[in-house]
This record gives sequence, structure tokens and C-alpha cells, in this order.
Amino acid sequence: MPLITYRQALNDAFAEELTRDENVFLMGEEVAQYNGAYKVTEGLWKRFGSKRVIDTPISEAAFLGLGVGAAMMGLRPVVELMFWSFAYVGFDQIINNAGCVRYMSGGLINVPMVIRGPANGGTNVGATHSHTPENFLANTPGLKVVCPATPYDAKGLMISSIRDNDTVCFMENTLLYGDLGEVPEGSYTIPLGVAEVKREGLDVSLIAHGRAVLTCLAAAEILATEHGIEAEVVDLRSIRPLDEETILNSVAKTHRAILVDENKPFCGVSSQIAALLAEHAFDDLDAPVLRVTALDAPAIYSMPLEKLQLPDAQAVVAKVLSSF
Amino acid sequence: MARKLSKPSQSKKSAPKKAVRPVVSKPKSQAKPLSKATPKKGGKKPLPLEKAPAKKAPSAPKAVLKDATKTPSKVDFSKSPFNASLKPAQKIGYLREMLRIRRFEQQALKYYNQGIMGGFLHLYNGQESVAVGTASLMNGHDEIITAYRDHGHALAVGMGMNECMAELFGKGTGCSKGKGGSMHFFAPDKHYWGGHGIVAGQTPLGLGLAFAIKYKKINGCAVAFLGDGAVNQGVFSECLNMAALWDLPIVYVIENNGYSMGTSLERSSAVNGSLAKRAEGFCVEWATCEGFDLYELRANLGAAMERARKESKPMVLEVSTYRYYGHSVADANAKKYRAPEEIELYKSDYDPITRWQNQLLKEKTVTQAQIEKIDDEAKAEAAAAVEFGIASPWPSEESIFEDIYHEVDHKTEAGQTGRFFFSE
Amino acid sequence: MPEITMPKLSDTMTEGTLLRWHKKKGDKIEVGDILAEVETDKATMEMESFEEGTLADIFVPEGGKVLVGAALALVLKDGEKAGDKPKASPAPTAPVADAPAARPAVSTGRPLTPRARAAALRSGGAGGNVNAGVRVKSTPLARKIADARGVRLDAVKGTGPGGRIIAFDVESAPVGSPAPAAGSSSVAAILPTPIAGMPETRVPLSGMRRVIAERLLASKTQIPHFYLSIEIDAAPMMAFRKEYIAASGGKITFNDIALSAVARAAMQKPKVNAAFAGDAIIEYGSVNLSVAIAVEDGLVTPVIRDAQKLSLKEISAAVKDLATRARDKKLKPDEYAGGTITVSNLGSYGIEQFCAIVNPPQAAILAVGAIVKKPVVNSCDEIEIGHRMSITLSGDHRVVDGAVAAEYMTALRKLLESPALLLL
Repeated sequence: MPLITYRQALNDAFAEELTRDENVFLMGEEVAQYNGAYKVTEGLWKRFGSKRVIDTPISEAAFLGLGVGAAMMGLRPVVELMFWSFAYVGFDQIINNAGCVRYMSGGLINVPMVIRGPANGGTNVGATHSHTPENFLANTPGLKVVCPATPYDAKGLMISSIRDNDTVCFMENTLLYGDLGEVPEGSYTIPLGVAEVKREGLDVSLIAHGRAVLTCLAAAEILATEHGIEAEVVDLRSIRPLDEETILNSVAKTHRAILVDENKPFCGVSSQIAALLAEHAFDDLDAPVLRVTALDAPAIYSMPLEKLQLPDAQAVVAKVLSSF
Repeated sequence: MARKLSKPSQSKKSAPKKAVRPVVSKPKSQAKPLSKATPKKGGKKPLPLEKAPAKKAPSAPKAVLKDATKTPSKVDFSKSPFNASLKPAQKIGYLREMLRIRRFEQQALKYYNQGIMGGFLHLYNGQESVAVGTASLMNGHDEIITAYRDHGHALAVGMGMNECMAELFGKGTGCSKGKGGSMHFFAPDKHYWGGHGIVAGQTPLGLGLAFAIKYKKINGCAVAFLGDGAVNQGVFSECLNMAALWDLPIVYVIENNGYSMGTSLERSSAVNGSLAKRAEGFCVEWATCEGFDLYELRANLGAAMERARKESKPMVLEVSTYRYYGHSVADANAKKYRAPEEIELYKSDYDPITRWQNQLLKEKTVTQAQIEKIDDEAKAEAAAAVEFGIASPWPSEESIFEDIYHEVDHKTEAGQTGRFFFSE
Repeated sequence: MPEITMPKLSDTMTEGTLLRWHKKKGDKIEVGDILAEVETDKATMEMESFEEGTLADIFVPEGGKVLVGAALALVLKDGEKAGDKPKASPAPTAPVADAPAARPAVSTGRPLTPRARAAALRSGGAGGNVNAGVRVKSTPLARKIADARGVRLDAVKGTGPGGRIIAFDVESAPVGSPAPAAGSSSVAAILPTPIAGMPETRVPLSGMRRVIAERLLASKTQIPHFYLSIEIDAAPMMAFRKEYIAASGGKITFNDIALSAVARAAMQKPKVNAAFAGDAIIEYGSVNLSVAIAVEDGLVTPVIRDAQKLSLKEISAAVKDLATRARDKKLKPDEYAGGTITVSNLGSYGIEQFCAIVNPPQAAILAVGAIVKKPVVNSCDEIEIGHRMSITLSGDHRVVDGAVAAEYMTALRKLLESPALLLL
């Protein structure tokens, strides 16, 4: 299998879907002629032309809303946000329109749209560019939220998201764009709402999404070699729909859950998982559910401190050891 | 003399003593009825910026009121290409549609007041000509969208009174199965995309409709309605820019009823001579017209829609109109921020239905007896819709979890994976 | 004959005060007339008429406060007179009351309220020595296992963070140990002092060791033990075993025979197959045989259920399986739970006779020794070489008295000295 980057995996997914379905189009700030701020859409404008790959003005509210309107009419917009942080100026369009119109119309209207872009801290760009809004969006019934950790997942989940008839908020990570991974050539899909056990273990479940999955895998390695603890790593892959079954099965096996999350802890994704475990895994737990999340402050600019602010493998290891 | 549909509570023949809102919010010389300026084919249209700068509207409303009441339209819009060939049956049809809307709204108010409808109720009384005029111009490929004062548009495009009234009652037979309520009526099959609750939130959706029309090479246009309050939302300005930038076939119709909720135009817009004029900043064509007269509305909007379809260009059309009730029924100060005399004047002299009735009587298109029959039918239909709504069942408890995700409802493979609902 | 009712004039209004009537009894009224002023929760608003006719009666005087929907006045239409039966109309019957079925009521299938559970604990706690008011920290999984095994958490030493009892602690705890007496928290009250020049290895207390220490200390200090020993003639048992093996080809041990006999005798004399329950004694209807098995660093007591019903072969297989899995730490928590009487056999170590410590809340434990050759006096008063096995019962005197235990021992002797009975 070819070894390609996370960025290229996404690019391949777009190219394949643009070729497959003429209703698919890409839109966003500098996605076309500039080739994308993070080069995720590189070469697509040249290949597919201005009708299919469209540069927008810096008007998130308007082009998100435009995407919703076009999707209502049966097109399949893939709308890039240069950063998910910029979604906040268009939240009305995402939450009220994309998220609610199907319900409020009694099912008459669908919004088959993908909203995508990076949502991560860790690059010293300050609080306004480091938001991770997966919890806000997953809080809206009607929206789906996907956060791939690997190139393979990125491509398969993107193709599924484009073909999905509901709005999918697809959250990437600038720190992962250059990561290499094995990705098969050609089209394949990964269903939304199916988590993956990325490493099996008996002693503790590390539950994460996005880049935190890689943090967990590194931590699991340390735990195994230095502490004799076999950690299981569950990659949620999508936040909504949420694969509760895989989470609960893992915890039933290991009796311990450590939630690792680059999202903030307060009302964050990890809070939802913790509630799930309290409700459905109470008798399986042999330790309290513990969390390693972004520290509960706006993303700090200073380089060494921002490192401290996000979960790393040592923090996960320490948290695991504290539970035994 | 045609019957007055809205009877002023006290008859005042003398000139109103209190200052009232000007009917036409900018000097006539600035108004730009589009029907007069039919675009020349191939010819380069003058840039809006080249037009004479607008002067501020006279600040003495009383004077304007006098002018307004005395100023009949100088143009005979009945001769406009969009009106000249109308058949009597069509004209009577428009009257019927306007009456249906008015009677529907009156019934809705009655039962809302009885406390058996929830939420808010934004009534369209007084503005009926705008929705009916627009629907009459749709070509089968045009798409329309509006905000929360959406009952009139819904009925005008052909939605049934029963499904609409049942929706107000929150019943399972409602057009949105009791899930949307007053502000959220939709009929995609009738090219009607709602029904949206957030001020100006629908304006980029309209842009999306226009985008899809252009993308799919459909011979149509999008008409997106907004109120005079919505122009102050930032997203509307973004839309104007993108509409112009991408040559999207959209007509933004500002239904200017003078009040954004309880705040008058003068108190909410720095450019209060004309709201449409803001389009100049985006090189978007604009015009204003009065909405009280169906011929005038049709002539102007018809031209705007035609231009959008043929040239794939956006346009802003500001239509003067007036709502008799408050922003919503819960608007406690509807008669405080507006002088009662003002409301009465509009009801007596500017009611679009009364005007249309008089027009048709004058043309001998219709008789008084016919009008009464049509009105009685509208009343009966509205009353029957109430009975239907009340008798209809509530939505089932299970339906709370339906219509959230397409994939779940259709039990597709994508709808079977993972958990979507957390309160089960 | 329509009634005028208190209107709902805002989304939050539930009642209103009628401030002032604009019409009086006998006045003609028309649709749209202002009938009265009403004070809502937000403001004073005018109440409009939806009816036309004559105001026939006024029910609520000025200043009256009524709920939304309450009748305020009566209108007579033209031709109607007071006393006519009101026309049936789609009356606003309280819609909220017949809203979709209310949320399902809270399940009533709960076994115990928290208060009842607390009371049950107080009356049923072994020895009644629950450390009232002391919160024992334990994990949900540990509690589940403890519940299944009948382990009392207040006697288990937690090895988790902050002394929390975790699954491991409960799994390695002796079954049914009573709580330590209040104040006896220390495992070793008299601690060793260092001995000069003595080489020593300090082995930290494992969870299992700690539990054994605490439990058995509690048992031995809190349960009034008494002991009865018998010496049985093992010759018939030896002959029986030889024949059994020869006939069936299957292997059985003396321990298997002893276990079978203990179980069957316990069914014959059920008073020893019992437990102390604070304010009652529980006699069990079946024999769940706890078998003490030595494992690395301690011992466990897995249970053979309904042992009296099992054949020798089945008992043999069960005990072999339990012992293997106990040493491999593969036993499931529920396999420790629910024993009613215990057997400890040290015969294979050559121990002739010993006294075991009662395994609470059970009332008896049997200590089985080795078969030894010794001079015995036979029925002819001759001294010959006999085979003897010693069995000692340790009893909880709160449950079992000496005579009762003696009867049990007699029954046990009979079975072991005529082992063919075990085949019945």
C-alpha cells in the first residue's frame, strides 16, 4: 500500500469524489488558485476548474449559508474553513440552518454538506486560531462531527462524509497534515460512528479522537515497556454519531478508562464520554474515569507553555499510573 | 365602494394630529421603478454609483404623509409588460389569495389569543400583496425563501391552509409535523424554502439557492425576502458582495414595513432614505417601489426577476409596506412606538386588498357580490382550517427523534452506525 | 352566541388583569374594535374583538384578574337573544391536558428505597457491626464482586489509590469475613522490633494477605468458636475407593469422598448448614460447599454449588477444576460467592488433626486430617492395626450448639464408614 500524507489522503478523496459526482464542489478561502492555505486542495482547481473549486471572499457566514442553500437544492458542497476557529462567525448558518432545517421542516429538506478544516491547538497561533469546536457542534442534533487521526481514516471518512445526506463537520489537524500512513489507492469508505481499537490491551482503556489518539499510542508503548501495563487505545473517529458500543466493550474488558482529549475539559467531548461511562459502565469500573485534556484556559501563545497545555504521552502515562 | 377589510377602531376623517411614518421613505425622484428602466440588451448599464446621490428623506414626517397620501403613482403600472396581459381570472385569483392570507391570519390571531397556540405569531396582515405578487411571478423554476413572517408566502405559493394552521397548533398534520411552528413553514416541492427564524439568517441560504440555479443551469432565479431590520445584519452585506462577485441570479426583496421589531427605521438605519441604496456599495442594482399596489409590485419585481434570470445578476428591491399588528402578537408596544393614527391611515388608505378590490371594481373585472363571495369562501376555509387543526392529533412521542438525520430516518447503512441520540 | 375570553397576548402570559372596558353592555361591536385594555405580565395591551354583534353581558369587572381563556363577556350576534344555546364551535379545550402521552412514569420495579436498604443493612449485617457512618471507598466493580462473593467491604483493606478497595482486593479476600470490631483497624497490633544481626526479608503485605489477616482476626475474635473432633475408621473408605476405581476406571481422592459426605450429612442435619444474620439464623436449603484451596501467597475458597446433588465423580471433577483455575487466578468472582459450609483438608500434608477458623457468615467449617495407621481396639477387644481419619468441626456457637453439631458429626461418620451410601 502506498505511503502518503494525511494531506494527500484528503486531496485524493476530493479528487475521487469530484470525479464521481458532478454535484460535488469545493469552496472556501483560497482553496482554488492559491491551492489551499495548507495545500490540502492543491492541484484541484487546475484539474477541475473554477466551477468545481471555488475561491470565496473572507465571508464565512455568507459562504457557509450559501453552502446550506445549495445543499438544500441537492448539491454537495464541501466547504473549507481555513480554521474551524473561523466557524464562529458563521455559527448561525451551521447550527440554526444546517443543523435544524431538516427537523423544522419535518424532514422535507436535507443538507448534504461537508464543512471541513483544521481544528487544533499546538501551533502557537493564539487562542482565536486554536479552537476545537467538536463539542459545540456535536451538541447540535442534526449535525455530525468527524475527527480522523490517520491518513487512512482521513480519506475513508471524508468520502463517507461527502456521500452522507446530512451535514458533516469534518475536523482535521494542521499538525497531522504531514503525517505519513498507508492508504490504499482508489475509493473506500469508513462508516461514520464506528470507532476503531487502534491497540489492544487488558489493563486500561485510553479513549481519544484526532491527534490525541497518536498521543495515546505513544503512551501505551511507554506503559507496556516501562510499567508492564497493557493499555487499549480506542480511536472514536467520529464524535457524533458516537460508537458507544466499542467504548463500553473496551471498558468492560479493562475496567479502567482514561479519556484523552485536546478539546477543553469543561463540557467537552470527554465530559460526554464520562457521562456515558457513569451511566452504562458503572459496575465495570475499577477506578474513577480520569481525563487528560487541554488545560482549561484559552490556548496560550508561548511555545513551551502551549506544549504543556495539550495532552502529551507522559501526562497520559502519569494519569494511568495514578489510577492503579 | 369596496368593503374595508380592516376597520379602523375610530373613524378619523380629519388629518392625523400625530406624526406618522412616511409611506414612501424617500423622495419620489430617487425611486427607481425598474419597469421604466428596462435593461438594454447588451448595453452596458450605468453603474449604480453614477446615479445622483440620494438626499436624506424629509425629516418632517407630517409633510411627507401629506405628500404620500396625495401622491398617486405617476406611472400606470397596469400597462407594464408584466400586467398588461393579465387575464381577469388571474387578477381575481390574486384577490382570492390575498383574502385567504388575511382571513387565515385573523383566525390564527384569534386562537393564539385563546392561548392554544405556542410560541410567537408574526402576522402578515397589511403586507399580503408582496407575497401574492411574488408567487404570481414565479416561473416554475424560481425559488423563494423568507424569514419568520412566513404564512403569507406559504399560502401564496400554494401550501394548504389546513397544513399551515395545523402547524400553528403544533399538530402532527402540520406542514412541518408540528416541529417547526409559525416561523418555519417549508414546501420545497413548491419552490418555497421557508420560513427562517433568525433575522437575515435566510439571506445566505437564498444565495445558495441562486448558486444552485446557476450551477445546474436552470432558467430561474432566487427571491429572498428580508425585512428592514435584517439589512443591518452583517451577513446580508456579505451576501450582496458575493452575489455581485459571482453574478448570482437573486433578487433580495426588502419588505420595508418601517419597523425592525419595535424600532423605527429612522432609529435603526444610518442610511434611512433608502435601504436598497446600500446595494450601491457592492455594485448591485437596486430599486424601490410601493407594495400596496399589486400592479406596481408586479411590474417592479417582475422586471427584477426577469433580469436575474436572463442576465444572472443580483438585485435589491425595496418594497414599502406596512404591518397592522406588532412585530409579533407578543409585541406589547405595537401601538406605542407607532401612532394609532398611523396604523389607521394605512388601514384606511393603503390596505393592499382594499386597493386591489377598488382597482378590479374600477376595471369591472369583478363585482361587489363576487368579492363578498370570495371573502366568505376565504373565511370559511380559514375556519375549517382551524377545525382541522384542533381536531388533528398531536405528533407521536416517537416523532421527537424523527427528522433529525436523513440517514437515520431512511435506515441507510450510514444511519445504523453509532449512536445519534443521547437521551434515549 | 360567542364568548369573549381573556386573550393570550404574549408568549409567556398565563393570566391578565382587565383594566378598563372600552365597551359597555348593550354596545354594538365589530371585528377589530378595541373592547378593553388588559394588563399582561409584560405590558398593558388592547384587546381586539374577533366578533361582531352586541355586547350582551360582561362577566369580569374592571380590575378583575383572570386566567387566559376565561370568559370575560358575551356577544350576541344579530338575531340571537340571551338564553339561546351557545353554538357549538371548535372550542379551545385545554389542549395541554391531552398532549401526547406524558413521559413514562418512573419505574416502580425498584426493589428497595435507599431508606429501606439502609434499614435492611442495619438489621441484617453480620454481627450488626457495620461501621456506621464510615464511608468505605471502593470501586463499582469491586462492589459488584463483593456482592456476588458475599464479601463485606468494611473488612477489606483497599490497595487502590487513597486506600480505595479495587476488584483485586475483593477477589483475594476470604469469603464472608465479618467486619473488624470498631477501633481494631491495625493488622498487627504488636509489631516486631528489629533483631540485631538477624537477616530478614521484608515482604510487603499483598492485598490478599492483608484481607486474610483482617478477616480471620475478626472471625477468631468475634465468633464464639467451639470444636468437636471425631476419629473415623477409614478402612471401609479405602476399600471403597479401591473398588470404585477398579470398577469405574475414574480416579477419586479421599478428599472427594470427604466432601461428598460433608455435603450429604449437611442435608440430613441442616442446622449446621446455616448462617448468623444478626437478628436471625438462616438455614439453607441446599449445600454450597466452600473448598479451601491454597494458592500462592494465600488461600481462596471457591464454591461447589448444590454439592449434595452431585455424584462423587462430579464432585471430583468440580474440585479439580476449581483448584486448577484458582492457582491460575482464573476464577470468576461469582465462583467465590454463596458458600454455606466449608471444608479444609490438610491431610495431604500429613496433618493428622487441626482446628479451622470459621468462615463467616457460615456456621461451621470441617477440618479434615490425614489417614494414619494406628493401633486400634476392635470389636473383639483386640488391638489391631487400623486406619483412622480425624475430622474436627469448628462451630459458631451463636448458631450451632454442641449437641446439634454432635448429631451432625454422627451422620458424617456413618456416611464415611459406610461409603456405599454415597452412591445412593
